[in-house]
Amino acid sequence: MGYLRRHPRAVPYLLIAPGLAWLAVLFVVPLYYLVTTSLQSGDIYEGFRLTWQWSNYGDMLSQYRPQLVRSALYAAIATVAALLIAYPIVYFIARRGGQWKSLLLVLLVAPFFVTYLIRTIAWQTILADEGLVVGVLRDVHILAPDGRLLATSFAVVAGITYNYFPFMALPLYVALEQLDGRLLEASSDLYANSVRSFLRVTLPISLPGVFAGTLTTFIPAMGDFVNAQLLGTPKQYMIGNVIQSKFLVIVDYPLASAGAVILMVLILVGVAIYARALGAERLTG
Amino acid sequence: MSEIDVRLRDVTKRFGEFVAVDDISLEIPRGSFFAMLGPSGCGKTTTLRMIGGFEEPTAGTVLLGDQDVSDLPPYKRDVNTVFQSYALFPHLSIADNVGFGLREHGVPKAERTARVGEALELVDLTGYDTRKPRQLSGGQQQRVALARALVNRPRVLLLDEPLGALDLKLRRQMQLELKRIQQEVGITFVHVTHDQEEAMTMADQIAVMNEGRIEQLGGPTELYERPGTAFVAGFLGVSNLIAGRLDGTDVVTADGTRLAVAAGALGGRTGAVRLGIRPEKIRVADGDAPAGAALVGTVREYAYVGVATQYVVDTPAGEIQVFHQNATPGVQVAQPGTRVTLTWDPQATFLVEGETE
Repeated sequence: MGYLRRHPRAVPYLLIAPGLAWLAVLFVVPLYYLVTTSLQSGDIYEGFRLTWQWSNYGDMLSQYRPQLVRSALYAAIATVAALLIAYPIVYFIARRGGQWKSLLLVLLVAPFFVTYLIRTIAWQTILADEGLVVGVLRDVHILAPDGRLLATSFAVVAGITYNYFPFMALPLYVALEQLDGRLLEASSDLYANSVRSFLRVTLPISLPGVFAGTLTTFIPAMGDFVNAQLLGTPKQYMIGNVIQSKFLVIVDYPLASAGAVILMVLILVGVAIYARALGAERLTG
Repeated sequence: MSEIDVRLRDVTKRFGEFVAVDDISLEIPRGSFFAMLGPSGCGKTTTLRMIGGFEEPTAGTVLLGDQDVSDLPPYKRDVNTVFQSYALFPHLSIADNVGFGLREHGVPKAERTARVGEALELVDLTGYDTRKPRQLSGGQQQRVALARALVNRPRVLLLDEPLGALDLKLRRQMQLELKRIQQEVGITFVHVTHDQEEAMTMADQIAVMNEGRIEQLGGPTELYERPGTAFVAGFLGVSNLIAGRLDGTDVVTADGTRLAVAAGALGGRTGAVRLGIRPEKIRVADGDAPAGAALVGTVREYAYVGVATQYVVDTPAGEIQVFHQNATPGVQVAQPGTRVTLTWDPQATFLVEGETE
């Protein structure tokens, strides 16, 4: 304590020290190993050596382009779907929930107290060929008599949309809950009806929440492999499935690492472009 | 004959059991500066919100000009509001804030830019177009809120305690500014405040409100010189109220002192009344004094505040406050315990209802 009193300027550094240590141990060091591993060659029996094997990247990109494109596409569709589903629900809870607000919010995220894997397996049952959903859709001729939902792209995207829903809903909730109702009175006073008020006040002010929600949904969705594995077939496999099988099944660490680095760089670039397009300086103040 | 811009007819507003506004009727003539004054919870803001369309009356009608707007939403009413919190749009520039209503009305861009410029000039904020609200001080934000409402040239401008968040000095300055702007644009202003000085400084007509009703409506001088109820007498400035019974044109106090009342102040009252006299209307003289409108008493305490000396004098009719202006050189302060005579011109008196217990 005496030291701190004599050196008050040290306090902020001491306060961020645990965070920096955390970041170093759990991010910088693994990242270092990931990047160096991605440049190694060899096999599991003879061992891997750093040989600056840049071709790992070329191999990954040329062999697994369909999975990469599919990952980006599925993640994008699921993010947009989650946004379109979450926004009205969350708007209703945040603006009209009144005394039921907290209860409704808990109900919204309650399914997510169940573990990820179990939830996804539950979707298998829901979308199963002999299940209720498929039966009804076949009866009303939306699905052909031999049509299926399970093992299709639809099932995978639906699973991703569902599984990452809270990551979309919660940031949106914060943004909409904080919106000052007096601003809506002001826009109504200035001749804007409720649709115009939404477009000119509510939506722009909630954009930081949309931005945060789409990022927290898109980023993990892009690397997801559970949904494709449980709800799809190899035809729906995403880059996450490739990386997972390279690491754990084929045990080709360098290629798996190169895949992980590629995914990370793609996400970084994508986020940067997205932030620019939306005007992140404007969003973060 | 002046036109009427706002008419309230038997307007009542209840929130559950609570009666916020209790059967109010009033007319606000075109081009006037009208203030609704009262303590918090008196119904003044609710009344304003019913004119603006943010609350629907439980009973009665609201008319703008000859149009019944009771059921119209705010965006269909030709009124604009300056909100207490300003409610500026944080994501829009100052120019876009001010031009918001014009855009909703489909005013072409060129005209919009010109009118926004004029409005900003009117409130002395030229050159602030591209700033964001949070980059402005409280006083500047207040003026943006005013410009945003005025630029639409509404039939009526509603002001909901617009100066409440400003410090005293800025508030004084803005009071005069608002008055100047109102005279310049000639729009009817309806102003809600709990600050009696603010209402007196700015308004042509003041409705003093209490418990959902209008206690008295009149010009500042009338309300101050001839308050009609004890509430108004106490809310606007300080009053001495002396209880007694009316006998002819005199009020007779419990101890038998007779105090004359201005003929114009009788107002048909009889029986138990209270006679009112403002502290600054009372003259202090040494010793015992002649009969007439006079009370003899003993100085209990005083406070010398430079421009004036305030006394509290014990008299048979009760405690009397006196505000003695130190207009002459060589001020002599009457010390506590001194016997003094208090006199006043009966023309300065007024009557309010007797004590109800």
